[in-house]
Amino acid sequence: MRLGVLFSGGKDSTLALQYAKEKEEVVCLITLISENKESYMFHTPNIDVTALQAEALALPRVAKTTRGEKEKELQDLEEAIAEAARLFQIEGVVTGAVESVYQAERVQRICNKLDLWCFNPLWKHDQRALLEELVERGFNVVISGVFAYPLDEKWLGLHIDAAVISRLVDLQQKWGISPSGEGGEIETAVLDAPMFKKKIEILDYTSSARGNSGVFNINRARLVEK
Amino acid sequence: MILLVDMNWKRDSLGYYEFVLPIAQVAGALDRCMVRHYLEVAAEDLSRCDKVILSGTALKDTATLDQPEKFQWLKETEKPVLGVCAGMETIGLVFDAGLRRCVEIGMTPISTMVENPFFSGDFKAYSLHSVCVDVSGEFDVWAKSARCVQVIKHKRKNIIGVLFHPEVRNQEILKRFIQA
Repeated sequence: MRLGVLFSGGKDSTLALQYAKEKEEVVCLITLISENKESYMFHTPNIDVTALQAEALALPRVAKTTRGEKEKELQDLEEAIAEAARLFQIEGVVTGAVESVYQAERVQRICNKLDLWCFNPLWKHDQRALLEELVERGFNVVISGVFAYPLDEKWLGLHIDAAVISRLVDLQQKWGISPSGEGGEIETAVLDAPMFKKKIEILDYTSSARGNSGVFNINRARLVEK
Repeated sequence: MILLVDMNWKRDSLGYYEFVLPIAQVAGALDRCMVRHYLEVAAEDLSRCDKVILSGTALKDTATLDQPEKFQWLKETEKPVLGVCAGMETIGLVFDAGLRRCVEIGMTPISTMVENPFFSGDFKAYSLHSVCVDVSGEFDVWAKSARCVQVIKHKRKNIIGVLFHPEVRNQEILKRFIQA
């Protein structure tokens, strides 16, 4: 089955892509670039890095800019998926939704309207297990945004490893934070994964935070041999 | 031991992660379940298990509805069976209920019609179906949404069908079935 993956460049959509590639034929990535940093639907930090990630994956990317207004961004998503169907004859869409009924339901509705299959291979999976799977599979994932107490600038730029997972799980127990950031508490960028033909090297970044909200912004990056 | 039947359109599919694994997770762990694709359920599996759960499928996946002959064992088994979504539709088909197109996606208000051990009153549940069941005389209706029958119970057998996905926001229903 020819599939397009809704791709933000973060850990969940990249792991969903990995699952999809193991079972079906992934023919393109679909990326919504939201101008609204508070988007309900779309991951925002470092979304420009998705162009490099697509190149590293050797997959074409259908990218669409959205102003990120609550319901208009869904129309923009529908148009991007319809364009992927037109350009790449996709038969279905894959998302990295884990817990969010809000996101899953809206993508399901769009796929139903466009007569496309919809798959959410990480759906309801244990969040700690998903983080551990990233490490086991050799994903290099950097924390590129924090948006909830008690996360702060010290977390920005950290790479997800066993020690970081253990600290995130502690925060879940103390503060109820979703360890994988499913509630938007953290955002991530994937710099390398087994299916990447090249890896991303960060050349310049800016890390800035105000209280419990901060972004690790990748200003310049390039692909290098693995 | 639960026999968890993978109702996806093919063995080892991408739908397995979304519709089978979350039910296994509620059941405790994969090692408390034997997972079998619907094309490979054997008499030995049915005799070894205590209960059977039929998984749901992707919205566009109605493969099992073209193959009711693969589910004739539902008529013979004495084991408790819970069918989720495509599982309920398949149960309906095997016992000669009608099926019709009816799409519901997302959180859906559900009303309990008959007192039962698994749920009560009005509640919301996650729906993801394109087909619903018009009950035959073989079933009692335990719950409804505004648009269709949501839960059925066979009058003589211990077979229950749930159209919504209890593994998403109503896990206690699955747990009660597993522990009953």
